[in-house]
Amino acid sequence: MGSRSSHAAVIPDGDSIRRETGFSQASLLRLHHRFRALDRNKKGYLSRMDLQQIGALAVNPLGDRIIESFFPDGSQRVDFPGFVRVLAHFRPVEDEDTETQDPKKPEPLNSRRNKLHYAFQLYDLDRDGKTSRHEMLQVLRLMVGVQVTEEQLENIADRTVQEADEDGDGAVSFVEFTKSLEKMDVEQKMSIRILK
Amino acid sequence: MFLLLPFDSLIVNLLGISLTVLFTLLLVFIIVPAIFGVSFGIRKLYMKTLLKIFAWATLRMERGAKEKNHQLYKPYTNGIIAKDPTSLEEEIKEIRRSGSSKALDNTPEFELSDIFYFCRKGMETIMDDEVTKRFSAEELESWNLLSRTNYNFQYISLRLTVLWGLGVLIRYCFLLPLRIALAFTGISLLVVGTTVVGYLPNGRFKEFMSKHVHLMCYRICVRALTAIITYHDRENRPRNGGICVANHTSPIDVIILASDGYYAMVGQVHGGLMGVIQRAMVKACPHVWFERSEVKDRHLVKRLISGVKGTCINNTSVMMFKKGSFEIGATVYPVAIKYDPQFGDAFWNSSKYGMVTYLLRMMTSWAIVCSVWYLPPMTREADEDAVQFANRVKSAIARQGGLVDLLW
Repeated sequence: MGSRSSHAAVIPDGDSIRRETGFSQASLLRLHHRFRALDRNKKGYLSRMDLQQIGALAVNPLGDRIIESFFPDGSQRVDFPGFVRVLAHFRPVEDEDTETQDPKKPEPLNSRRNKLHYAFQLYDLDRDGKTSRHEMLQVLRLMVGVQVTEEQLENIADRTVQEADEDGDGAVSFVEFTKSLEKMDVEQKMSIRILK
Repeated sequence: MFLLLPFDSLIVNLLGISLTVLFTLLLVFIIVPAIFGVSFGIRKLYMKTLLKIFAWATLRMERGAKEKNHQLYKPYTNGIIAKDPTSLEEEIKEIRRSGSSKALDNTPEFELSDIFYFCRKGMETIMDDEVTKRFSAEELESWNLLSRTNYNFQYISLRLTVLWGLGVLIRYCFLLPLRIALAFTGISLLVVGTTVVGYLPNGRFKEFMSKHVHLMCYRICVRALTAIITYHDRENRPRNGGICVANHTSPIDVIILASDGYYAMVGQVHGGLMGVIQRAMVKACPHVWFERSEVKDRHLVKRLISGVKGTCINNTSVMMFKKGSFEIGATVYPVAIKYDPQFGDAFWNSSKYGMVTYLLRMMTSWAIVCSVWYLPPMTREADEDAVQFANRVKSAIARQGGLVDLLW
């Protein structure tokens, strides 16, 4: 009822978001619609609960971690620019991104380094820049599940940390993480293609 | 003034006759079938007619848009992203299988990169999950002639505006009074019926009467909302002594489920009209109503359910995902309810609208169309604890119904 005009083309700060994230206008429109669909109470921002309601996310072992990644620095709300900024990490790398690499401009959000950094964040609970053995264990527990014994989990965690750890501090820093994955096609594994 | 006098009685007569006709029609076509659980198929016909009109309306809008060389904005499309075919469950099984190959292979496969898969899958569901997909294959992305859902104002021609106006007239002046009359009938019958049944002595006859009074009144309420419900897999319907667990999107869920089965309910005490209804219902069948503050006490919930189970051995209980229900060793019958937004949005924004406003919105939409899936029963396995069992049930419902409203 009434004339609540949900005219789709009006996204606040649309241009600056487009420049920052590299999404096309059409993609942004769809994401904006998705944002509004998730924002059930029409608050204008998303809370953790809005994201927790996605059934398919609730069964993902990393569901909680992924939700946390939308709320950096302990904030309780994420607005549309913040939402899109996280999603921008998963934009496929296109040729045009690497060509117009202006050294003065900040690295695009979907660069290999930023994709890796996003994944690293999921391991690094306390955001101290390192994944300790303890943090590795926690993620493993989530992903591998209950059929594996605690002892085995610890073995796996130890082995993984040892393989990647170079300076022997018992934790995996971002640089070590990047190095151990240098042969991996990160760009392809961490990309989501938005349909036209 | 004097000239009107001879016509007065005529007008009064006409009014009287039309009211009588209306009520007879009401009785014959709606209430009597509701009592016996029969359907004339009027609602399905209504739905088909509406769909045809919506399709025509969309075509007009597309034509209007083409003239201005724009693209229509369509909210429900084939999906926002391109997904790959492996499902999340398959991948989880893969990882866990290789992780649990114990004595033989002492190096379970886990790599730092395994996280990428779950990460991407999680992000995919955030960007696009089943909810934004189309409800059914033959549904068009059309405008349903409600101004609440129009995204393309500027393409409405004169003809469409007339149609929309007609729609408003029909909905507010014909459908709304009809529905209110039905709802009134339904609720008063429920209150009166259950109070009367409450006076009967306990026994088989009382159970029988209680069941039929409940069913009849819920069916009338369903028709009051013009709810067109499709039931899937009815052979999995909850049976005696089981607990029915459903996803909860709106208060109407209760009416929809209860019109197809006889349930004893466990729920929160409400004030006002709902409170009157609740108190009346309790007289006929042992429903349990408690204060919201008591929900935090798990042991109380456990006792309540045992109590319900103990006395109502012929009934099943409807719960909305309270943790306690998963700790009892009963069979759980998951039910997924999904609403089709094309005919009317059933979502209740409780911070914005009160109950009465919400019901009015429901009653001024075209219809409430929903699907109910009865999923196969689940029991807690020996090595699962309550939380894991709850998650298993939750994921089964989530897969079928899309969004899951978590209440704990």
